[in-house]
Amino acid sequence: MNSIILRTASQLLLTILLLFSLFLMLRGHDLPGGGFIGGLVGAAAVALYAIAFGYRAAQAMLRISPRMLVGVGLLAAVAAGFLALLQGQAFLTGQWWIIGLGEGAELKLSSPLLFDIGVYLVVVGTVLTMVFALEER
Amino acid sequence: METPLAVLVGVLFASGLYLVMQRNLLRFVFGLLLLSASVNLLIFTAGRVTRGTAPIIPEGLPTPPGDVANALPQALVLTAIVIGFGLIVFAIVLVLRTHERLGTIDTAEMAERLEAPRPVATDLEDEVPA
Amino acid sequence: MSWLVAAPVVLPLLTAALLFVLQSRSEVQRVLSTTSTAVLVTLSVILLYRVSEGGILVAQFGEWRAPFGISFVADHLSAIMVVVTGVMAVATAVYALRDIDGTREELGYHPLFHVLLAGINGAFLTGDLFNLYVWFEVLLISSFVLLTLGNRREQLEGGIKYVAVNLVSSMIFLGAIGLVYGLTGTLNFADLAVRLPEAPGGLVTVIAMLFLVAFGVKAALFPLFFWLPASYHTPPLAIAALFAGMLTKVGVYALIRVFTLLFVHDVAYTHTILLWISGFTMLIGVLGAAAQSDVRKLLSFHIISQIGYMIMGLALYTPLALLGSIFYIVHNIVAKANLFLIAGIGRRLTGSFDLARMGGLYRGAPFLSVLFLISAFSLAGFPPLSGFWAKLVVVLAGARVEAWPIVAVALLVGLLTLYSMTKVWQAAFWTPLPAGERMQERPSALLYAPAVGLALLTLAMGLWSGPFLALTEAAANELMDPSIYVRAVLGEAAAAAMRGDTP
Repeated sequence: MNSIILRTASQLLLTILLLFSLFLMLRGHDLPGGGFIGGLVGAAAVALYAIAFGYRAAQAMLRISPRMLVGVGLLAAVAAGFLALLQGQAFLTGQWWIIGLGEGAELKLSSPLLFDIGVYLVVVGTVLTMVFALEER
Repeated sequence: METPLAVLVGVLFASGLYLVMQRNLLRFVFGLLLLSASVNLLIFTAGRVTRGTAPIIPEGLPTPPGDVANALPQALVLTAIVIGFGLIVFAIVLVLRTHERLGTIDTAEMAERLEAPRPVATDLEDEVPA
Repeated sequence: MSWLVAAPVVLPLLTAALLFVLQSRSEVQRVLSTTSTAVLVTLSVILLYRVSEGGILVAQFGEWRAPFGISFVADHLSAIMVVVTGVMAVATAVYALRDIDGTREELGYHPLFHVLLAGINGAFLTGDLFNLYVWFEVLLISSFVLLTLGNRREQLEGGIKYVAVNLVSSMIFLGAIGLVYGLTGTLNFADLAVRLPEAPGGLVTVIAMLFLVAFGVKAALFPLFFWLPASYHTPPLAIAALFAGMLTKVGVYALIRVFTLLFVHDVAYTHTILLWISGFTMLIGVLGAAAQSDVRKLLSFHIISQIGYMIMGLALYTPLALLGSIFYIVHNIVAKANLFLIAGIGRRLTGSFDLARMGGLYRGAPFLSVLFLISAFSLAGFPPLSGFWAKLVVVLAGARVEAWPIVAVALLVGLLTLYSMTKVWQAAFWTPLPAGERMQERPSALLYAPAVGLALLTLAMGLWSGPFLALTEAAANELMDPSIYVRAVLGEAAAAAMRGDTP
């Protein structure tokens, strides 16, 4: 679509939406949000870019193909399930490593987080595959 | 509250079914959307419609205070929406590809065009998957 | 131990993920894909061995206990089905090395193949109704893409029918799940088996019929089968063989699961309907096949006809009948998929799938003729091949309960199947090639290897049927007593309560 307003705005919005999508994914740990909804917002950001500059430009910006994202995401999600093997627990059992940062702050790393990152990547990859399939002529 | 929702489920399902039985594939996709919405609403209603807060346990408490909404049907519906989303996008892409390759989205015409003798050029082109 | 139960699903998923990442390197993809199926079949055989030694195995994902978490349950039936999936995966993966062209590989054939396997195995192993829906959708969406991969015109036209009918059936399935949840407040199979007998019988019957329609579409039962012959002849043979072997059987498996574990409150009503359906399915399938001249379409109609026998075993609902039903499923997957693979080789030799334009195979490829004879006669039920035992047990079970009409139909359909197979034999193998046609180049050994393997398996199941029958008997006995399943998932207390309820 040839619109200078959309082009200018989408460049700004791309960054903001991607940041927001990451925020949603991380927040989903204890509060509403999560990998799926974050992934949708992330995919929407790229889709907006594709509408403004064409899908080839969006593909060039992504550098890697959406299907690669699906693969990496699936790997991350399955790997998160395998982390329980280290403790001899059932597949997908949550594993937590809480790192104290001093002054009461702590960093919660966990296998559900890794799983959520996987979901995020799978959703971005899948939705973009679909968007590009619809755009392709 | 369940009764009006049950009626709504019925109306949506009937409308969806009507559209699904059309020959135009685009209408079919719309029908599918309605069917999927009605089924999701059905699951939601089956979990009983009650007043309650979101089933999130506040910090420092072992259980949520007061009544909470049934979270399971919501989780089921969310999953079903996600799956339905994927399926319907696939259906749309399929309809689009069909329109490109066969030049129609009417199921009866599709069969005719497939059986009709094709010009040599498209016959060759057909061997190269798009 | 729980890892072993999850492995048949996790391994294909992991493989699919790796294949997605390695999408540009087709050599690596082929090696990885084939190796993974070999590992898959090994793991599933170990699983079946463990189940046959120590009874039902249960895994709770994330250590959330049943009925709250998702259970994976491997009883004899599930384990047998998983092993057959593994065998078919190896066979079609090897066949695909020569059958799937580079374009389809680039479009993602290999990862999708493994997603499909994960979906099939997930459906066989899950112990939760909603999870079953999810695995069904996983296998459906990957089968959609595999079916239309390449975007040829016939594929799109057939694909639309396949997608449309299956999507509507998924909606009915999901609606039925909603109603079950509204009625009982649970979706775990074992928990449902305990609670459904307490629910009002009329409502349960309605829900049972919804499931019958939903799974009936997937299993291609009469009168819901039209999508199958409209689409199965369009994709490459490696894909068609896997579909023909496995996909409808997932529907049959689901029917067996719900109509032995959940909906047994009014067997006289529900299973009588199943019996009628099975008779019509057998007849219509075989009559439809008689009218076809394209080998692939002819075989597609036979899939439908054979499904009838499996449902007949389920409908009679005696241990012997279920034994026959399960044995039939295993035999049919192997024999039917092999016929598709052989048809593919025949197409390479003669250049056509049309019976009128095929010919001379007996002279040109005697070895292929032997392979065809084994599978075709097994399908028709010739002793001592696997199909003979399968038909014998099902018919015997019918005779035991004196259901003479269905026994007569089963025997008649067996005869007509033989007629159909003879027709193919005569047209494609016996008569010389039509004038002006020449035998094509010799197909690669990689195409022959899976066909030989499956033919040997058919022979083995026929000649040494003892161990196979023993396994299926154990599966049938488990199905006839749902409290075994309930005890394995929920513990002794729930099983005892259930036995008290149902005398």
